[in-house]
Amino acid sequence: MATDTTQALRDTRVPRRVRSGLAEVTRHLARHPIGLTGMVLVLLFVVMAIGAPLLAPFDPLAQPSQRLLPAGGGHLLGTDEFGRDVLSRIIHGSRVSFQVGVISVGIALMIGGTLGLVSGYYMGLVDSLVGRLVDIMFAFPSVILIIAISGVLGPSMTTAMIAIGIVYSPIFARVVRAPTLVIMQQQYIEGARAFGAGGLRIVFRYVLPNIAAPVIVQTTLSFSTAILSEATLSFLGLGTQPPYPSWGTMLGSGRKFMELAPWVVVYPGLAIALAVLGLNLLGDDLRDALDPRVRRGIT
Amino acid sequence: MGKYVLRRLILLVPTLLGISALVLILMRLLPGDAVDVLIGTEAMIGPEQRRTLTRMFGLNDPIHIHYLRWLGEVVRGNLGVSLRTGETMTKVILQRLPITAELALLSTLLAWIVAIPLGVLSAVRRNGGLDFTAHVLGLVGLSVPNFWLATMLLLFTSLYTGWQPDLIWVSPFKNLPANLQQMMLPVVSLSAVLMAVVMRMMRSSMLEVLSQDYIRTARSKGLRERLVLARHAFKNAAIPVITVQGIQVGYLLGGAVVIEQIFGMPGIGWMILNGIYQRDYPVVQSGVLFVAVAFVLVNLLVDLVYAYLDPRIRYD
Repeated sequence: MATDTTQALRDTRVPRRVRSGLAEVTRHLARHPIGLTGMVLVLLFVVMAIGAPLLAPFDPLAQPSQRLLPAGGGHLLGTDEFGRDVLSRIIHGSRVSFQVGVISVGIALMIGGTLGLVSGYYMGLVDSLVGRLVDIMFAFPSVILIIAISGVLGPSMTTAMIAIGIVYSPIFARVVRAPTLVIMQQQYIEGARAFGAGGLRIVFRYVLPNIAAPVIVQTTLSFSTAILSEATLSFLGLGTQPPYPSWGTMLGSGRKFMELAPWVVVYPGLAIALAVLGLNLLGDDLRDALDPRVRRGIT
Repeated sequence: MGKYVLRRLILLVPTLLGISALVLILMRLLPGDAVDVLIGTEAMIGPEQRRTLTRMFGLNDPIHIHYLRWLGEVVRGNLGVSLRTGETMTKVILQRLPITAELALLSTLLAWIVAIPLGVLSAVRRNGGLDFTAHVLGLVGLSVPNFWLATMLLLFTSLYTGWQPDLIWVSPFKNLPANLQQMMLPVVSLSAVLMAVVMRMMRSSMLEVLSQDYIRTARSKGLRERLVLARHAFKNAAIPVITVQGIQVGYLLGGAVVIEQIFGMPGIGWMILNGIYQRDYPVVQSGVLFVAVAFVLVNLLVDLVYAYLDPRIRYD
């Protein structure tokens, strides 16, 4: 009892210092090695994507060397079936993955997020219509729908991004709709309405900030699945087209030579796995940090 | 239970209509049309025949008429004809289905055998060495692309053992050992992600159950820990794991496209992919429709099993 009181006194006397966002993140990551690993991998990936022209030792499209040279010597990870430097192609390939991740998840977030908001805001008939549409989209295995859409529209990196964006949007519709519904029933929404706030103000001022956490987590996780999907598409020849270096394309075209030169398939695959792993680790950690349900130890 | 089944069956109708509509819209979005594609291979077709073909494919009709006609055919089991081989799609799909079904079933089985004990142990010895290892392995399993894993498995078996799977498909009913040998690498490649998902789900579900009051009661009345875990905890914890299985069928069907392609297994996924490569649209159309309907039906079945096992679900 006594300790409880002192604890309570201590809590009231010392005001909790408000930490800056960055300091908070640093502190959190220092205590969570898994999240830290994820963060480091993701940062490496982003730096690689942004700085590719500066970091790559060779032009990823030039064919200056002998074909299928093993690792070492002038080429750290060897050369591919056209004599192109594998390391440079992997570094430039990160740009494709990064771009696909950003744009396709962006499309999914725009379409799905809007549908989810509209659904949760208006409820009733609109909600059931959107719900049906989302159910129908979920009825297709995502990889098959992505392959079918890209196949129909003609294989290219752009159609890959559109296909992935469309197929992932129902996930965001669901992630946004549920908390929006809850928030719309809160009293402060009624209060805001009474003060004359319009629909847009309510959405931007009250709904969006309150649904940010699950949307951030879903964005990180979708980013990793989007990268995987693009790699799968390109591996099958339905995504980014050669000679442009995408990790999936490198793996797909290198497969014919893998017994002669294992490095042409080992390293691009490793790059995909590490980028996806980084995003998954970070996403998992963010969920633990942002989801109160998990924080209580229910996971 | 009967009422619940009926309600779910009625809800199935709009979903199936939506799926078929979406598939048709997708095919009408084609740049050019199926007739152009067909003519591309047979240069000798005149404008008269072209018009006949367009009418045959229903491309002259407005989309809703086209849809109703096509739906009428589909309901009667007529899924169209392959542009390349002229075979009826119903026959082709039935021929290819067993391969994909075997691949999916064996992958699920392998995932369960590995992941369920691992998930339970991780939960029981929470935060121990095994739990940490399983957690990291699970995250790695989720991150490694199945097509890369398949490529690596093929590479290493051929480099180090000199063994390569037979390239011609053997039916399990003709030669089971040869068939299983062929299935080994594809199944491992496809089930890695599934293992990770099932293990994580089993662990978290088991942890949730272990914190319940009835587990404390069972322990405090002096039951042996093994009995508490097996009879009280595991049975309840396994239920949510079943529901994830339904969603995972989607992953299995999608993954089958890639895995079947890599290992040259002529299943449904292989059929859809080659339909896309050869621009054989009836193949793609019927294949995608079949897969989506199968996925919905499996999920319905899983939901029904779930409702049967956990009566609370039925009264929602």
